[in-house]
Amino acid sequence: MAEIVLDKVTKTYPDGARAVSEMDIEIADGEFVILVGPSGCGKSTALNMIAGLEDISSGELRIDGARANEKAPKDRDIAMVFQSYALYPHMSVRENMAFPLRLAKVDDATVRAKVDEAAEILDLTQHLDRRPSNLSGGQRQRVAMGRAIVRSPKAFLMDEPLSNLDAKLRGQMRTSVAKLQKQLGTTTVYVTHDQTEAMTLGDRVVVLRGGVVQQIGSPQFLYEQPANLFVAGFIGSPSMNFVAATLEDGALKSPLGTITLTDRIRRLAEEANAPREVVLGIRPEHFEDAALLEEEHKARGASFSAAVDVLESMGSEKFAYFTVEGELARTAELQELAADAGATDVPGTGSTIVARLSASSGARVGQDLQVWFDADKLQLFDPSSGKNLTYAG
Amino acid sequence: MVMGTVTTARKTRWALLDIVIVVYALIPVLWIASLSFKTKDTLADGNFIPREWTLQNYADIFATNEFIRPLINSIGIATIATVIAVGLGMMAAYAIARLDFPGKRALVGVSLLIAMFPQISLVTPLFNIERELGLFDTWPGLILPYITFALPLGIYVLSAFFREIPWELEKAAKMDGATPAQAFRRVIAPLAAPGVFTTAILVFIFCWNDFLFAISLTSTEAARTVPAALSFFTGTSQFEDPTGTIAAAAVVITIPIVLFVLFFQRRIVAGLTSGAVKG
Repeated sequence: MAEIVLDKVTKTYPDGARAVSEMDIEIADGEFVILVGPSGCGKSTALNMIAGLEDISSGELRIDGARANEKAPKDRDIAMVFQSYALYPHMSVRENMAFPLRLAKVDDATVRAKVDEAAEILDLTQHLDRRPSNLSGGQRQRVAMGRAIVRSPKAFLMDEPLSNLDAKLRGQMRTSVAKLQKQLGTTTVYVTHDQTEAMTLGDRVVVLRGGVVQQIGSPQFLYEQPANLFVAGFIGSPSMNFVAATLEDGALKSPLGTITLTDRIRRLAEEANAPREVVLGIRPEHFEDAALLEEEHKARGASFSAAVDVLESMGSEKFAYFTVEGELARTAELQELAADAGATDVPGTGSTIVARLSASSGARVGQDLQVWFDADKLQLFDPSSGKNLTYAG
Repeated sequence: MVMGTVTTARKTRWALLDIVIVVYALIPVLWIASLSFKTKDTLADGNFIPREWTLQNYADIFATNEFIRPLINSIGIATIATVIAVGLGMMAAYAIARLDFPGKRALVGVSLLIAMFPQISLVTPLFNIERELGLFDTWPGLILPYITFALPLGIYVLSAFFREIPWELEKAAKMDGATPAQAFRRVIAPLAAPGVFTTAILVFIFCWNDFLFAISLTSTEAARTVPAALSFFTGTSQFEDPTGTIAAAAVVITIPIVLFVLFFQRRIVAGLTSGAVKG
């Protein structure tokens, strides 16, 4: 068990490219921290620097208070689970899991006991004598976890360990990874590009973009109080809706109509010196079919009317897609998020709004629908800096 | 039933094709084997299957030092050259496959150049150099050029195999507490084994079959290998044709190659790395 501190850790490649810039993270003993971000954001580089597989260009990495920059991976007492699992194909499952213990010159009886115990935890007992090539993806993943836990290291590093599994298995494994981590209480750093994994697994989440830490906080905090446009767009699924809007005399002129700001939001925007032109963000779950709401509830928000383009019924809820007139909010952050999602080529004029409605909504494709949204859940962003103007920190 | 007939027809076609190729490839070998079993009188009768069988030719070659000593030279020189070339080749190939070092392209280019260089043009300089250095007609005098010409081949084959091994396995070994040497010995080398055996076979065959260096850089039985020695075979009198004994010697020197390949073939298990990573 250990606490891991990254103090202004930077990775610069010989060609001058910066993969990670001055990363400051303090990971407490036993904590489960997620590094999340789109591809190329430096999350794997950061993990490899903690592991010792990549050199740290500047800054300091401390494990349990001691500087670890120059330590070889084998001297850091950290176990890693790779995206590809990296199982040794010429060894059986038992030999794979015993490998770290054999290198540590542990005696045979202890090796056997520890491997059996880990196999028990991971439900691998009946596969111990098989080769990795004869295992399914989920079993290989568990062997990789087993190899990490047998020697009770100070910390686990996991590099997208679930991304090679199919969706259903990924959900199951996600739960068991969380359970295992709680059971062992070992400090864990987990890298993923999947915001669902980030939200469900971590005690704290670190959102990265272009090698720079955007925000660190509990999943719920990041969801409710994103520090900037990037975090707001990255966290949450489906992601937050963004439209360009104008602040005028305490009211917000937007493609969703003119909205009277609530006192709380007006105060925050004033404190942040909000510019006239802003980006308005609303999460899909803060919309509702106006026909389903009581009058007094409705008074807490505003409504607009638009034609439903697409309706996805999930059984427990419905997702309605609208096109509203007006400019699409275009900022560097949002374009990067769109590029990561592969959505840059989707043509369209105006802005598409996604709203999550109750399953009992009577919305129909092609018909106009009166949509209500909660005015107190709005978020305003500065289009030039991307900063959240309604951030209450 | 229809499926069954189709399969039978397919099988027959493939079997025929296989037989044609095997016969085409083996006729010269069978011919020389046939010659080696013929008596002196029936040697030139043109029959594929000897009418009179004899083992006299084999008895003759093993009766003199003219064959046994070169056989020992061949085995010793080829084995030592193979071990050294594969050992050096492994290190060089690993560096080429895994590391980025200055001059890597130059190294690969030069080794390719050596492989393509016409060996005959080097015989005269080598002859002079070796005489000056006292290497002429010694084992090292043949081992050194063999290593030089076998290395490029070894590096090529081995670096292809090393490139196939997922790099993450080495990282995993390091994370599991291995030193770089342990990671190479316990994880990378076992996985590269098929490549090492393939390379060893190719290098051994190259050394074993070489005639040019063997005839040019030796003068006595101190280092003369079998292919060179065969050309010095004589009959018991100057009027006698040594065809029968040459054929017998040719058959004998083919046997180690066949054994070598059969022995190592079982270890060349393709796809050994499957299952290491999802793919």
